[in-house]
Parts: sequence; C-alpha cells; structure tokens
Amino acid sequence: MEAHTAAGIELSGLTKTFRGPNGPIHAVHSVDVEIRHGETVALLGPNGAGKSTTIDMLLGLLPPDDGTVSVFGRTPREAIAAGAVGAMLQTGELIRDLSVRELLEMMASLFPSPLVVDDVLELTGIADVADQRTQKLSGGQTQRVRFAIALASDPELLVLDEPTVAMDVEGRRGFWQSMRELASRGKTILFATHYMDEADANADRAVLMAHGRIVADGPTTEIKGMVGSRTIRATLPGVEVAALEALPGVAGADRRGEAVSLNCSDSDAAIRALVQHYPDARDIEISGAGLEQAFLQLTSEPEGVAVAG
Amino acid sequence: MSGAGLTYTRFELLRIVRNRRFFILALVFPVVLYFLIAGPNHDVKSLGDTGISAPLYYMVGLISFGTMSAMLSSGARIATERSVGWNRQLRITPLSARAYFRAKVVTAYLVAGLTIVVLYVCGATLGVSLPAGRWLAMTGLLLIGLIPFAALGIAMGHVLTADSVGPAIGGGVGLLAFLGGTWFPITSGVLHAIAQALPSYWLVQASHIALGGSAWGVTGWLVMAGWTVVLGTLAVLAFRRDTKRV
Repeated sequence: MEAHTAAGIELSGLTKTFRGPNGPIHAVHSVDVEIRHGETVALLGPNGAGKSTTIDMLLGLLPPDDGTVSVFGRTPREAIAAGAVGAMLQTGELIRDLSVRELLEMMASLFPSPLVVDDVLELTGIADVADQRTQKLSGGQTQRVRFAIALASDPELLVLDEPTVAMDVEGRRGFWQSMRELASRGKTILFATHYMDEADANADRAVLMAHGRIVADGPTTEIKGMVGSRTIRATLPGVEVAALEALPGVAGADRRGEAVSLNCSDSDAAIRALVQHYPDARDIEISGAGLEQAFLQLTSEPEGVAVAG
Repeated sequence: MSGAGLTYTRFELLRIVRNRRFFILALVFPVVLYFLIAGPNHDVKSLGDTGISAPLYYMVGLISFGTMSAMLSSGARIATERSVGWNRQLRITPLSARAYFRAKVVTAYLVAGLTIVVLYVCGATLGVSLPAGRWLAMTGLLLIGLIPFAALGIAMGHVLTADSVGPAIGGGVGLLAFLGGTWFPITSGVLHAIAQALPSYWLVQASHIALGGSAWGVTGWLVMAGWTVVLGTLAVLAFRRDTKRV
C-alpha cells in the first residue's frame, strides 16, 4: 500500500456533461489538478468556464461522469465526515429564526472537532452581530456568516466559490486578511473567482479554466511571464486609438475618457515612441501583464498550455 | 439519536417555536374551530349513528385536522430550505439525510403532540371524559395514524416549491379532513367507500376508542400500512431525484 505522507487534493480526468437544449454541454472536460498541503490556489475563469461544476464534484455534491476526486487520500464524503473540508458555496442563504451564534453552534455540533464558536466569530469579524437573528443581517454580514460556517469544522481544506461577490470594499479587505491568516496556519485553500485582480493578489498559484478545460496551471508569476506583455497607461487626450496602435511595440490600445492603455509586446520600443510622438502624455505607468491579460491571451489560443508548477 | 443529530433537532424545534405566525396558527386555529362547532352541540350524545358524543367526535376530528397540518408543515419547511439552498449546505456537513429527516419528523410530532394535548383540554371543558386507559389508547392510535402523514410531508417538501407548498398543504388538509369525517360523519354511500381508503378517515376513527374495543379493525390497519409504504417510497424517490439535481 502506498503511503501518502502528505496526500493533497487530486482531481484526475474529471468530466461532467449536461444535457442542453442544443445538445450536450461539456461543462468540465478531463480536468487534472493536484493541490498540495498548504497551497493557496485560485481557480480562474469567466462565468460558464466550469469552475462551480468542478467545485461541486470536488465536494461530492455532483457525481462526475468520468474521473476521480481524492481529498487528502479520501473520498469527498469521507473527508467531509472527518471535518477536513469547509466550503462556501456560490449561492445560498441562511435559515432564519436563529441568532448568528446559535446557527454556528448548530453547524459546529455536526463535526467531530470543531473550532470554538467565539474564535470563529472573531476570525470572521462578526462578533458584533453574534446575537442578531440571521434574517436581520445585511448582504455582506450574511456572506461573512457563510464564511464562518465554512470555518466552523476547523477544516484542513477551504473551498470558496466566488466568496467576495456580495461584499463591499471593507468586507473584501477583511476577508482576504482572514484568508492570509488561515494560509499562514497551513490551511489548503482553493477559491474560484472571476476577479483576476483578487486572484493575482492572494494566490500562489492559478488554474485558468475556459469552456470546461484547463488553459493554464502554475504560479501566477509564471503565467503572467508566459504572456510577456506589459501595459503602458497614460493620460493623453485627443489622440486616436488607431494612431496609438500604429506605434512600434504596441499590440492593442484602449481609451477610457482621457486615459489610454497600451498593451505592448515590446514596451521599451513603445514607451520611446510614445514620449517622442506625444510629449503631452503624462501620469505614465508601465506595469507587467496582469492575470487578466494572460487569461485573455491564453484563451484566444487554440490549445491550452500547462506550466510545470 | 447521535449527539450531533440531537443538537440539530433541538435547534430545529427552537426555530419552529420562534416562528410565531406558524406556531400560533397551528394551535389557535383548531381550538377556535372546535369551540365554534362543538360548543353549540355539546349536549349531543350520539352524532349521526356513531354512538359518539359530539364533543368527543369533534375533538378527535379537529385533532386529526390539526395534527395532519402539523405533520405536513415539515414539508413546508423542507421546501423553504431547498429554495434557499440550505439542503446543499447540509450536504457538505456530516449530517446524514436520515438525521435530517429524523429532526423534521420528530419536531413535527412534537407540534402534533402539543396540538393533541391542547385539544384534549378543550374537550374536557365540554365534558369529554374517558377512563385513563382509553385516553392512552386513543393517543397511541393517533400518533401511529400520523405516520403516513410524516412520509407525505417529506415527499411534498421535495416535490413542491416554497410558494406552492402552502396552498397545497391547506387545500390538501381541507379535502382530507372533509373526506375523513372531521366536520361530520360520513357513514354511507360512495363517499364512505372513498373515505375509507384514505388515511385521514382512520385518524378520525380513533374517536371510536371511546366505545371500547379497537377502533381500526383489519381494514384500518391495512389501509394505513399500505399508505405508509406508498408514501414512504414516494418520499425516498422524491428526495433522491431532488439530490441529483444538486
């Protein structure tokens, strides 16, 4: 028998097809992902890419048509029963007529070795609404309670599907702070999002999905590096986008009000040409490719590229 | 019941009690109806051909009405929880489906039990009086008679939407109560034959314990057992189908 000294999460050949009005929908097609203990992985992609379906299969909510799921060497059901997995699903409201504290006590009681409810309240920043009935909470507070429920079992693996969607700026900041705290405690975290900037800021590794397939998988720095393009932003009123696109080293240009954004294949040539032809350009920024650009470029290519992580 | 299931059930009961609208309606409505119907008839010693006094007959009739509603209301709660995705949330916890349904059925029975006690008190004020053994036998039969309704509640909760489950329960209980003889005995004709095939009829028949002997006979037990098997199977199938849909 093989000894998995630190078995992580293994999705192998995961496939799910739904019946659609115009034929079968290949929601997830032969997805292979390995996540090690303590990694924070972002599952990225637009709506409809297959992220939620993949997560549903990871959690045992949906049986795959093909392929296997292994969570720390166990089936999803076994891992959940052991309290090793906590999840925040994309949609779902709270049942009513209980206070936040009572709801958390109820959920915690279902697991073998849960966290102390007061600790969870502190960690998720909802200690101040602990005695409020769930039906009286705001959208952002409800999201945080759902996050608290995910943490209640003291899970090794945290799975979050679009966790920050209903949150305001403050809420998001607090949320990602808690996440970094949990990551530093050695938790394994998988979060699905279509907010590329959040993934960029908070994940060590990104798995990009589009049309049910994995398009790229590796450290976020490497994925951005693959694309190799940089962006020049500047305030430059009165110049046509077509003229900017004609500059050397510029692959594409956008205008938003007075600001322009140049997507460059050679940013050195582009910046020289820009300040030479348009000395009025001011507030100039040159930044490396973001994940969003990497994603757009990678999904426009016919085949996916895997980066050795 | 394991420790975890017990805590879940305790909180389930707390939620029911805190839902004032439901809790008050479930208890007040049958009581008011009872006094409206049985009050003016409190000295009728034999209702129709039954040999049962009006206060006793209507007491059991309204117990049937109230407890049927109580059992089916678990279906209303299930439908509401499904509509907010709570069922999926529970599927990523160790709580088994069995423990979930146990919580629903136990709490429904507790509300039904309270309904029975409250209506017993009302009946006593109108002169209903039975030997202690008969009270116990009647209670036991009523509780057993509610088993098919427990299954029906679970089935309805998984098949209906949160919006339609309320009217469905109201209409369903109304019809079943009428056909069961809640408001007046149905003793002959086609309606009688139809009524005897329904589980609600046999709930009301529990009042015949007052005459001594068993209230159900072979027919009653067969009908009730049959409905339990059919409705129980429906409940399991409805649950499985709903689970596949995620």
